[in-house]
Amino acid sequence: MRKIVMPGDLVAKNPKAAGGGTYVENGKVYAKFLGLLDKTDTSVRVIPLKGRYIPSSGDVVIGIVREVTANGWVVDIYSPYQAFLPVSEYPENALKNRKVNEVLDIGDAIIGKILNIDPKMKVTLTMKDRVCKPVRVGRIVAINPARVPRVIGKKGSMVKSLKSELDLQIVVGQNGLIWLNGDRRKVSIAEEAIYIIEKEAHTEGLTDRITEFIKRRKGELENGEA
Amino acid sequence: MEKPKLIIDGKRLDGREFEELRPIKIEAGVLRRADGSCYLEMGKNKIIAAVYGPREVHPRHLQDPSKAVIRYRYNMAPFSVEERKKPGPDRRSVEISKVSREALEPVIMKELFPMSGIDVFVEVLQADAGTRTACLNAASVALIDAGVAMRGMITSVAVAKVDGQIVLDPMKEEDNYGEADVPVAFLVRNGKIESIALLQMDGRLTLDEMKEAMKLAKKGAMQIYKLQREAIMKKYSKECEDYTKDVTSEVENDG
Repeated sequence: MRKIVMPGDLVAKNPKAAGGGTYVENGKVYAKFLGLLDKTDTSVRVIPLKGRYIPSSGDVVIGIVREVTANGWVVDIYSPYQAFLPVSEYPENALKNRKVNEVLDIGDAIIGKILNIDPKMKVTLTMKDRVCKPVRVGRIVAINPARVPRVIGKKGSMVKSLKSELDLQIVVGQNGLIWLNGDRRKVSIAEEAIYIIEKEAHTEGLTDRITEFIKRRKGELENGEA
Repeated sequence: MEKPKLIIDGKRLDGREFEELRPIKIEAGVLRRADGSCYLEMGKNKIIAAVYGPREVHPRHLQDPSKAVIRYRYNMAPFSVEERKKPGPDRRSVEISKVSREALEPVIMKELFPMSGIDVFVEVLQADAGTRTACLNAASVALIDAGVAMRGMITSVAVAKVDGQIVLDPMKEEDNYGEADVPVAFLVRNGKIESIALLQMDGRLTLDEMKEAMKLAKKGAMQIYKLQREAIMKKYSKECEDYTKDVTSEVENDG
């Protein structure tokens, strides 16, 4: 099991090893926030246990439109910073000469990608990407953004198994919002599974336990139908 | 009212030694809606702290494009003291909020969250001297619980001079009738005291007494530091270990 570290804990004496979640002062490496220590011979990093989503460019996020302006949409991406989606970053062929508020209105959910963050922390989104689209069906589940990597799994293994086992469409936003679409009962199973992953994010053999959980619930579902 | 004797037979009124803290209880993560929270008891003090953020700042003009703004609100409940305290901020609580915020500001890595704000709220539910130090201890635990990036941890304790004797962590009688009250907050990093984050004094001390007081404060702070760490560990080690148990019991129930 990994060790829990708190801000200011000395995690390494070699400043070259300093990775994410650490800071260097006087040639020593300290933990920056509460998290789990991941230490190898060449690097140390602290895996956060909690915290808000801080946008970084290239991230896929799920957001809710909060405001419609003449040239775009203000999108809440559940971070300290609101994002802006300009009309010019919406796929042209999907606009079809409609008014801005007819394309997306207040309350609509979107899957977008972070295009750019300027030094004043103005976040710009784009929807010109294969995964991006307005969300009109399915369910959105919110979790602690620090647990997102576990929902994705190593090289996407966790999401892949959820998708294939339950035959669902899933998009995991880096900001902790997850979109699920498919059979309603199966979506409910996936939702439960995601909450388990969130709660138990840092235990061993989680993928196996989740697969087992899904199989069991799926079995119950099929038996119930029969 | 006449001043009572505060030290009897080399012991304090509540039976403590001069260098002894009051019993402390700390619990992290008690509020569901807050990003980080803490409930703390220090003797008869009862404090609850909540941290929100980093989040958007309202009103907008307070935003700082280079760093996060930190807001600290110290408030005493009307029922926290014997005589009903008029609710709302007053001269005293505004001052305490200011000095406490200034104690936390250099510890929090504000530059990582430009244009955002971190709000710290501490409520005194029951007061028994040394509330500002107890509040800082609670706020520090709540900040860590919220996952806010910090250089270290703030640990705070008060020292007083009563009947000519320097004592650690005064309670109400000692605070009311003592000759001096010195709240101190330290920045503790990796188990070592790095610097002083807050130092106030009510009354007067000689240089030697001050030195003695700081020695006591450091000793007391290290004990509190351990308890703060334990409180966080208790919450998170539970989160990181217990689940295997959870799932299996669930499986058994279903079967």
